[in-house]
Amino acid sequence: MPVITYREALNQALREEMSRDDRVYLMGEEVGVYQGAYKVSKGLLEEFGENRVVDSPIAELGFAGIGVGSAMVGLRPVIEFMTWNFALLAIDQVVNSAAKMLYMSGGQYNVPIVFRGPNGAALQLGAQHSQAFESWLAHIPGIKVCSPGTPYDAKGLLKSAIRDDNPVVFLEGEMLYNTKGEVPEGEYLIPLGKADLKREGSDCTIVTSGKMVLVAMQVADQLAKDGIHLDVLDLLTIRPMDVEAIYASVRKTQRAVVLEEGWELCGIGAQVVDFIQRECFDHLDAPVLRVHQADVPMPYAKGLEKIAKPDAAKTIAAVKQVMYRS
Amino acid sequence: MATKKKSAAKGAPCAVRTAGDPAIDRELLHSMLLQRRFEEKTGEAYALGKIGGFCHLYIGQEAVSTGIIGQLRADDYVIGTYRDHGQALARGITPRAVMAELFGRIDGCSRGKGGSMHLFDRNANFLGGHGIVGSHVPLAAGVGFAIKYRGGDQVCICFMGDSVVNIGAFHEALNMAALWKLPVLFVIENNRYGMGTAVERAAAVDDLSKRADGYTGMDGIVVDGMDVHAVRDAACKAIERARTESRPSLLEVRTYRFRGHSMSDAVSGTYRSKDELDEYQAYDPVFSLRDAMVLASTMTVAEWEAMEKEVAAIVQDAWDFADASPEPPAAALYEDVLVDTTS
Repeated sequence: MPVITYREALNQALREEMSRDDRVYLMGEEVGVYQGAYKVSKGLLEEFGENRVVDSPIAELGFAGIGVGSAMVGLRPVIEFMTWNFALLAIDQVVNSAAKMLYMSGGQYNVPIVFRGPNGAALQLGAQHSQAFESWLAHIPGIKVCSPGTPYDAKGLLKSAIRDDNPVVFLEGEMLYNTKGEVPEGEYLIPLGKADLKREGSDCTIVTSGKMVLVAMQVADQLAKDGIHLDVLDLLTIRPMDVEAIYASVRKTQRAVVLEEGWELCGIGAQVVDFIQRECFDHLDAPVLRVHQADVPMPYAKGLEKIAKPDAAKTIAAVKQVMYRS
Repeated sequence: MATKKKSAAKGAPCAVRTAGDPAIDRELLHSMLLQRRFEEKTGEAYALGKIGGFCHLYIGQEAVSTGIIGQLRADDYVIGTYRDHGQALARGITPRAVMAELFGRIDGCSRGKGGSMHLFDRNANFLGGHGIVGSHVPLAAGVGFAIKYRGGDQVCICFMGDSVVNIGAFHEALNMAALWKLPVLFVIENNRYGMGTAVERAAAVDDLSKRADGYTGMDGIVVDGMDVHAVRDAACKAIERARTESRPSLLEVRTYRFRGHSMSDAVSGTYRSKDELDEYQAYDPVFSLRDAMVLASTMTVAEWEAMEKEVAAIVQDAWDFADASPEPPAAALYEDVLVDTTS
């Protein structure tokens, strides 16, 4: 099976979906002539032309709104935000336009749009370029929110997101674009709303998503050497969340740690813990713990950034704590 | 606090043409009168508690909706702000469907889920009804983008208030519309006040049509919005420009609202004087046209009274229909959050 990068997987998904349906177009900063700020759209301008791969001015609110308006009348835009930090400028269009249009029009205007771009921290990008937005966006009814962590998941989910007739928020990661994984040739889709068990074990569950999936798998492989075997549940889709998969795992392992990139207060993990305590209370042998970013804006200095971020060591400590082995 | 200065954007004196096609004039008058009497009834309904939340009446601005929308084809698109009742009626959404929506009933054009600020009708290509100032202007540019993408010759009309020109989304959307030559008419309904703030207190350049100078290829035109013929003429030219050259336009239509910003706002006496309101009544677009037609003998007083009676019956029918329509059932709460389809 071919081994390709996460970036190439996204590129394939875009190319395949744009070939399949000529209503699909890509718009964003530097997606065309520059070949993509992170080269995700490399070669697409040459293949599909400037009507379908559209370089926009730096005007997130404007071009996100153009995407929504065009989707209301039948096109299927993929709007790229160079990072989700900049997408804050466009949040009115994601939340007040895209998410609410179908409902407030009494079911008349659906918005088949994908908003995609890198989310969360990279390396020393500083406070304004490092934020994770899962919890802001997953809060809103009327959209779906995906966060793939592997090339296989990225391609299958993006294809499904583009075909979905609802607005889909698609969270990638600068640190993920170069990662590699097996991706089959030929057509495949991954359905939105279904989690994936990336590792299996009956001692403890790690619930996670996005780039933290790689950390979780590292943790699982390392702890296996100490005789601790983990379920690593990759949510893949944050909204709608596959709660049945969470319950099935936690009922089996009876212990859980939630690993996420965002901050503590009102982060995704807080919601996962609520689901677990409500439905699996009698199965739990320990409180559910969370591993997340320190409650600070992201510092620039290398050492401080390392302390701020969630990582394998912190996750291992949390697992050992719920196993009462620390 | 800035000292009050005289705005250059004062509404022009009424100049209703006496020469017009009588049949067309009758249609224009009917449309404007329907909007007028409908909105008066809406005000009554609100006072009785049949309409809740925010309600922004279009009284005084009827020439703008009628003059522009009347020039459109069925396959053109209309999008606007929360002051959308007049535009919805001008576009052909039935008075029944609009009133039922205002009353929050299932037979409303948005199934009772939208309310006054969110009137939608896909069959009429009426894309709402939006509550965030300026938010819909990029949507309009997006509709223009889609028209061009598919090689069509439709146009998109984007109605907005005078305040919209000061918000970022306006600039971003007009810049891209000009850059990409999108077939959109951006129509500023300048009624001199953004809620309670006069235009000259909000805009550094209060000749709003001049904003077009910042977007090469976009014409900025001032229009007397109390004269339905002037609006029609300007709209006709701008629509042709959009349709045949794919060039966007910015129309600053100078109009006036005879009620407050919303039902919660006093008609006058706070941020605008009663004298000013009284002065503008002389430019009433509905009665000016009526008077001109009677003067030119293209309509008799008897015909006018018959029109009034007919419109009153339509509006009463809309009220009765809305009142009889049921509220959405509890199950409707969870409908239309998402569609369960893929394409």
